[in-house]
Amino acid sequence: MQRHFDRDIDELKHLLLRMGAMVEEAMARSIRALLERDTVLANEVIARDDEIDRMEIVIDQKTIELIAVMQPTASDLRFVATIMKITPELERIADLAQDVCERAIELNREPMLKPVSDLPRLAHDAQAMVRDALDAFVRGDAALARSVIAQDDNVDALTESSFRNLLTYMLEDARNISSAIRLTFIGKYFERMADGATNICEMVVYLVEGKMIKHTALATADE
Amino acid sequence: MNDDPKISVRDFDFFYGAAKVLHGISLDIPARKVTALIGPSGCGKSTFIRSINRMNDIITDARGKGTILIDGTDVYGSDTDVVELRRRVGMVFQKSNPFPKSIYDNVAYGLRIGGMRNKRQLDDIIERSLTRAALWHEVKDRLHASALALSGGQQQRLCIARALAVDPEILLMDEPASALDPIATSKIEELIYELKDNYTIVIVTHNMQQAARVSDRTAFFMLGRLVEEGDKNTIFTNPKEKMTEDYVTGRFG
Repeated sequence: MQRHFDRDIDELKHLLLRMGAMVEEAMARSIRALLERDTVLANEVIARDDEIDRMEIVIDQKTIELIAVMQPTASDLRFVATIMKITPELERIADLAQDVCERAIELNREPMLKPVSDLPRLAHDAQAMVRDALDAFVRGDAALARSVIAQDDNVDALTESSFRNLLTYMLEDARNISSAIRLTFIGKYFERMADGATNICEMVVYLVEGKMIKHTALATADE
Repeated sequence: MNDDPKISVRDFDFFYGAAKVLHGISLDIPARKVTALIGPSGCGKSTFIRSINRMNDIITDARGKGTILIDGTDVYGSDTDVVELRRRVGMVFQKSNPFPKSIYDNVAYGLRIGGMRNKRQLDDIIERSLTRAALWHEVKDRLHASALALSGGQQQRLCIARALAVDPEILLMDEPASALDPIATSKIEELIYELKDNYTIVIVTHNMQQAARVSDRTAFFMLGRLVEEGDKNTIFTNPKEKMTEDYVTGRFG
C-alpha cells in the first residue's frame, strides 16, 4: 500500500540530494579556485555557503516534524536517522570548501609556491569520495559505501605525504613558511572532507543493513 | 489562513440540562483540510463535532449557545433545514453501522430518500462513492451481498461511501478507526488523506498519533474548553500551552 508518508520520505530525500549537489559543486569550485588561483571564484563559493546552511535548517525542520507526526519505525526510522546524521556532514563539507577558498585567497596574495603534487590528487580523491558517498546513499548501495570507506586510508596517506613535502619547502626557505602552512591547512581540510564522506557511508550501511559499523575495523564490519 | 474558513465557530457553549459541557469555543475550520480534535475522554470533543451537524438536537434537554457558521450561514438559524444540513455535513461514527441490507442498497440509501430512482444514475454514483472510499475493487463483484458480511474495516469504508454518496461538503468523523486493527486503520488514514482534496474533514480521535498523521490542523480540548489550536506540526513539536505539551507527551495527570 502506498502511504502518504512515502511522499514525505521522497521529499526529504530530494531535499538532501539537492543539498548534496550544492555541496559537491562548492567542493569542485573550491578545488578550481585553489588550483587556478582564482580569487573571484573563491569569493563566489564563500558567498554561496549561506544557501547550503539554509538548506540544512529546512531539512532539520522537516525531519523533526516527520518524527513528531509519523513516528517512523524500522526502515523508515533508519532513513530518518540517516538523514539527520548525513545533513550535518554535508554542511561541514561545505564549510571546509569555504575554508579552502579563504586560504586560497590568502595564498593568491603571496608568491606562488612550487607545485605540491600530492595536494591536487588529495583534493580530487576527497571529491570522488564525497560524490560516491552520495551515490551510495541514493542507490542504497552498501557495497559502494564500504569501498568509499576503504579509500579513506589512502587519503590519509596523501595528506601525510603532502605535509612532508611542504615541510621540506619550509626547511629549505623560511620565506615559504606562510604559504606552506596555508597549504598544510588545505590538505587537512580535504582530509576532513573525506572523513565526512566516510561518515556518510557508515550511515548508508546502517540504512541498508541496520548495522552500525563506525568505530570498528573494516575487517570486522565485512564479516 | 487567507481563505475564509469553511466552518467558523464563535463563543459556542453547550449544555446537557444544567451541565455546561462546552465553554466558549471559538475555532475556524479551513476548507479542504483535515482538522483533528484531540483531548482526554469527556473533554467535549465529540459533543463539539456533533454540534456542527446538529446531531445533539435529538438529545432531550441539550442545547447550544453561540454561533456555528458554515460558509457564513448559521447552523442554528431559525430557517436552517436540518435534513439538508446533514446532507451537506456527513458523519462517520466509531462503530461502523451499515444497514442490514446489501452493499449497493447501503450506499443508495440516502440517494433514494432524496428521491433518486434512475438506475443508471444510482449505479454511477454508487461506483464513484465506493471508489472514493477505496472500497470499489474489493466489492464490485458482490454489490448485492449483505453489507454485514464485510470485515470491520470494509464496513467502515462502506459507511464513508454512504456518507459520500449524497455529495456532502464536510465529513465529520468520530473516532472512525478506533475499533479497527492497524492495517484497516492505516487504510482509513490513507483514505482521509485522499478525501481532503474534495472535502473539509473534522476528525475526533483518542489516538494522538493518528491526529498527528492525518491532520493538517489540530485542536486540543480539555474539560470542555479549547486549549490550543494550530498547525499540526506546531502542536506536535512546539505547542504553546503547557497543558497541550503535557497531553501530547503523555505526561498528563
